[in-house]
Amino acid sequence: MRKVYVPVTVRFDTEGKLRPLQIEFDPAHRYAVDKVLDVCRAACQTVGGVGDRYTCLIRGQECYLWLEKGRWFVAAKS
Amino acid sequence: MARSILHVDQNCFYASVEMQRHPELRNQPLAVCGSQEDRHGIVLTANYLAKPRGVKTGMAIWQARQKCPELVVLPPDMAEYIRFSRMAREIYSDYTDQIEPFGLDEAWLDVTGSTGLYGNAMEIAQEISRRIKFELGITASIGVADNKITAKLGSDYKKPDAITRIEKDNYKEIVYPLPVEDLLYVGPATKEKLRRGGITTIGALAEAPVEFLLHRLGKMGVVLHTFANGQDVSPVQNTEHIPTIKSVGNSATTPRDLINNEDVRLMLLLLSESVCARMRELASRCTVVELYVRDTELQSFIRQRKLATPNCSSTELADTAYALFLANYHWEKPVRSIGVRGSGLVEAYECVQMSLYQDDQRRQKWERIDATVDEVRNRYGYMSLQRALIYTDPLLGRINPKDDHTVHPVGYFA
Repeated sequence: MRKVYVPVTVRFDTEGKLRPLQIEFDPAHRYAVDKVLDVCRAACQTVGGVGDRYTCLIRGQECYLWLEKGRWFVAAKS
Repeated sequence: MARSILHVDQNCFYASVEMQRHPELRNQPLAVCGSQEDRHGIVLTANYLAKPRGVKTGMAIWQARQKCPELVVLPPDMAEYIRFSRMAREIYSDYTDQIEPFGLDEAWLDVTGSTGLYGNAMEIAQEISRRIKFELGITASIGVADNKITAKLGSDYKKPDAITRIEKDNYKEIVYPLPVEDLLYVGPATKEKLRRGGITTIGALAEAPVEFLLHRLGKMGVVLHTFANGQDVSPVQNTEHIPTIKSVGNSATTPRDLINNEDVRLMLLLLSESVCARMRELASRCTVVELYVRDTELQSFIRQRKLATPNCSSTELADTAYALFLANYHWEKPVRSIGVRGSGLVEAYECVQMSLYQDDQRRQKWERIDATVDEVRNRYGYMSLQRALIYTDPLLGRINPKDDHTVHPVGYFA
């Protein structure tokens, strides 16, 4: 596993809450976040890092998206 | 009513934070060390793989490397440790508002009022321990007792990742055999005085007659006697996270008197660089710039100006100080000493009001340049990278205000 910082399209609502809409691994691989199932503070054991962990539903699969110090990252298979 | 006090101690804090974010280092002996320059650096924290090899806090890096040649040495990242400390406090604050930090990695919590809501003190300790592991990815030792002193003995009793309850039923069994120096406020001098009186364990101290201790140690003897008996009544003080440092400053009496604006400009730049480097080490920015000037007749004045936004860029600090100087000094006499101070400090990652105009980007760019200069200097020494202006006057430019400044800005028992 490796830590990969990814560009994320985010929507802020009027309350200031944010919701990730789309993750972009590279221009050819963009994935819409269908649903955010959970948000909590968590440490990423596999690749290191601590921040807000978004449990996202993407194409029927659950995956974690971390927001740490203003940057988004995922633990990608190497 | 008996109180429920927890003492939470994050194990090998700096090293644990580094291991959390560098998974590849988790199985290696690791130490976070003061300065990267091998001749000066000391070990700040070693992890649990380095400690059994003889690597201890306070050791010079070269000594640590002799004990453990494969030791991985990392520079400290205070901003990150403060972030972790703050996140830990957020966890504590879910259970109580009475939180007394002791350094970045330790804190006392009074959870007496929360036991009805969250279960007894042991259950709260287990919950906090679990959350620190899950949310911060590091471990903590927790002591549970009815006072602060005993709670601290509890968190020291078993490490890492453990919870120790010490109450009336098991107090003598656990605490009495401990060496007396495990007690808070028993330092080397007190230990020696007690040893000469035949007291080497906390148990012996607890059983000793108070008059004897009063005679040997004065008032402190009585205090230590109550500590040893687990009868500390001091409340958990709800204090701020980090002892707040209000300002960072540097001044110098120059090797020769300053006689014109160019001299002053050079000195201000030199001093600002060191002030800003120290602010960055503290992860803070200043909102006010203060200028101090003393002439050859020893007349002095101080002038200050507020900045538009919190800042730690040496150029901006120097420019502001220089503007203050031009507006307030009329060169009736040469200048003997001069100083710059950044005050009204705020933490660097508090939100900064952004400006709609260009100068924000310029400022960020300058801050990045400053940070890069810090890195180069940490690695190759302060003199390795200098402003060209400094070379216009080798006599003044030779001063190294940052490292020659020996007074440590943070007092632990401030």
